[in-house]
Amino acid sequence: MKKKKSKNYKIGATITGVLLFFILVGLFWTPYDPDAMDNASKLAGVSFSHIMGCDNFGRDIFSRVLEGSKITLFVAVGTVAIGTLCGIVVGAFTGYYGGIVDELFMRINDALFAFPSILLGLVFISLLGSGKYNVIVALGVAFIPSFARIVRSEFIRCKNMDYVKSAKLAGAGDLRIMFVHILPNVMTVLSSSIMIGFNNAVLAEAGMSYLGIGVQPPDASLGRMLSEAQTYLFSAPGFALFPGIVLILMVLGFSLLAEGIKEGAGYA
Amino acid sequence: MLDVVNLNIEFHDHLTPETVVFDFNLYMEPGEIVGLVGESGSGKSMTALAIAGLLSRHDMEKRGQILFEQKDLLTCKREELRALQGNEISMVFQEPMTSLNPVFRIGWQVEEALRIHHPELSKQARRERAIQALMDVELADARRVYQSYPHQLSGGMRQRVMIASAMVCEPKLLIADEPTTALDVTIQAQIVKLLKRINKEKNTAILFISHDLSLIRQLCERVIVMQGGYIVEGGPVEEIFLSPKQEYTKKLIGAIPKCEKRVTV
Amino acid sequence: MGKNGDLAGEGQLLTVKDVRIRFTQERHSLFEKKRKKEVLKGVSFSMREGEVLGLVGESGCGKSTLAKVILGLEKAESGEVIHRSQHPQMVFQDPYGSLNPAKRIGWILEEPLRIRGGYTAQERRARALAMLGRVGLEEKIAERYPSQLSGGQRQRVCIGAALMLEPKLLIADEAVSALDVTIQAQVLSLLLSLKEEMGLAILFISHDMRVVYQMCDRVLIMKDGQFVESGDVDTVYFSPRHPYTKELLVAAGIREETEK
Repeated sequence: MKKKKSKNYKIGATITGVLLFFILVGLFWTPYDPDAMDNASKLAGVSFSHIMGCDNFGRDIFSRVLEGSKITLFVAVGTVAIGTLCGIVVGAFTGYYGGIVDELFMRINDALFAFPSILLGLVFISLLGSGKYNVIVALGVAFIPSFARIVRSEFIRCKNMDYVKSAKLAGAGDLRIMFVHILPNVMTVLSSSIMIGFNNAVLAEAGMSYLGIGVQPPDASLGRMLSEAQTYLFSAPGFALFPGIVLILMVLGFSLLAEGIKEGAGYA
Repeated sequence: MLDVVNLNIEFHDHLTPETVVFDFNLYMEPGEIVGLVGESGSGKSMTALAIAGLLSRHDMEKRGQILFEQKDLLTCKREELRALQGNEISMVFQEPMTSLNPVFRIGWQVEEALRIHHPELSKQARRERAIQALMDVELADARRVYQSYPHQLSGGMRQRVMIASAMVCEPKLLIADEPTTALDVTIQAQIVKLLKRINKEKNTAILFISHDLSLIRQLCERVIVMQGGYIVEGGPVEEIFLSPKQEYTKKLIGAIPKCEKRVTV
Repeated sequence: MGKNGDLAGEGQLLTVKDVRIRFTQERHSLFEKKRKKEVLKGVSFSMREGEVLGLVGESGCGKSTLAKVILGLEKAESGEVIHRSQHPQMVFQDPYGSLNPAKRIGWILEEPLRIRGGYTAQERRARALAMLGRVGLEEKIAERYPSQLSGGQRQRVCIGAALMLEPKLLIADEAVSALDVTIQAQVLSLLLSLKEEMGLAILFISHDMRVVYQMCDRVLIMKDGQFVESGDVDTVYFSPRHPYTKELLVAAGIREETEK
């Protein structure tokens, strides 16, 4: 398409692209072993050898940021993917068909909704055990209700539109109407909640890691690094600052990119 | 009474300002019915809102003069404008479903203008005037309507209520922005008849905005045709109908489906 | 009522016999009894091929429900609908709700063919572009989204999409009511020329007596779920029998108000 890309798209794509590039590099090469401790350079400041300084164990922060953003991104994307996919399926069927099944699912949903997602995550972790894959499953399941609810209400709104009637007249089946005709219309609303979900997932992961039930040390994650850094906020500001900046850039880049894609689609 | 001189309305919400109304001029005598006709996007509703003093958005600029009894509504103080709104100038909108507040009883809403402009009236007097206003718009059971909520009334009844609440202070000018468009044809005809009667009995001037030339022909004495923000043509209704001068007016009139007998029976 | 124009079943495209339908009204409280409201009280009529039949009535009289019954979107409680046409199609009133906002115009036009199957991508594309030409739009419109079109253009697209499967019957439910008068006139003449070209029968539902007169050969006047008058437009318009027809004609300014 030769349509002009919006400013949001350009900025978002640049930020996300640069971050992804670094994460990719981090998969194969980091300046230091992210877990190697060095007593000599504990809480060292910014220097040529350690461009982001070192943490309380003398580990290179730049290396750990590369490693940590990889894990954070992985957890957040996994969480949102599980939440969105299951949410779409549940929301689409309940919203489109309505009736008893809808009523039943929505009451279960309400019950799940009443717990904070972190608390639900906690329950799942205690059942499944900790570790990053379990964190993804736990958070993902906890995120389903909010997505299902949004998708359901959008389906209820769309299913009475005239274009759905036209599709029926043309002979389209229910599944086709739900996933080919209605779903793209839900995506505009859903994409913004995916953004918020992504941010929440990053924060929830950080929170769970902080509580010691998320990503397990010595694995690094941005949230984990932030919580480790809070004790040294004044003595070594770089320790909190750099993971924080990367976290912000990650969320910001992703938001702008999604916004830009939406604008580019022409119906936002 | 009303004299609009070279009104220009400009939007400034984009990089390049966009003018939606160009050099609009209108003069209205007390008790006159003037029709303003045009298609969507012709600027007729913007003009109406400007005259009613409801265009106070920060991202737009209005130039020219709107003189109502020698007072310029564009430059006068907010309090002066507010004293006129609902009292001397009032307005009826197109959508009878959203122009009444669903959580208040009809009586309360009709009385609202009285409460603001005539605080000296007692509760009892207010109630009487509101019921009188409801009766004036030919609502059969005014007392029951007074107690009702908007959702209990039909579209036609709501539009009557809207007219009643616009007329409760007996304004000199009533602006009706497509008041019949959302209604069924038979109800439409009744509302037009009602407006005609109000005009005759209370000597209220009416600025009637519509896209329907045949309705304008039934109601108005003079008509102004707008297109793309400009006045295309103006003059007495019959004259315009019988000998339209501008291409666009001819097109508009030509678009009204003809109903002449095709076969002689 | 509704029997006029019945040519003994010969060349009959659509026959509707004594269709009744009731809707359950929503309960205001849990203990209230379910009430049923009769929306269609036994309506019968038939349509010939290539005929334009007007259906006039005010909101809530059941005319849209009748359309849905004919299309099979709503089930009648009793009575029958006999079709000779394979895929009756419909054009809706609201040009903003009837096109999927997330899809390009080309996609929308191709969709009926895609559902029916048996066409290659090139064939579908070629037919969609040809249809755009037929409804008087440029080919480049195919790449646009509905939000980038005007109301008149959208309604043309709707008509095009409805005609992709070459139906014998098109139901136009207030298809021009939301459009400006000059655009309205253009869309009406488009419908008439398509009718000539494709031998299409049109059931033209409207509340606008003037438009119906211009469009239709016969007209049905509906009130409260029943036909009160039907017949040739000239007969109905110039020698109406039912008081409701007279009221409609007066309201439309076609007939002078007589003694009351």
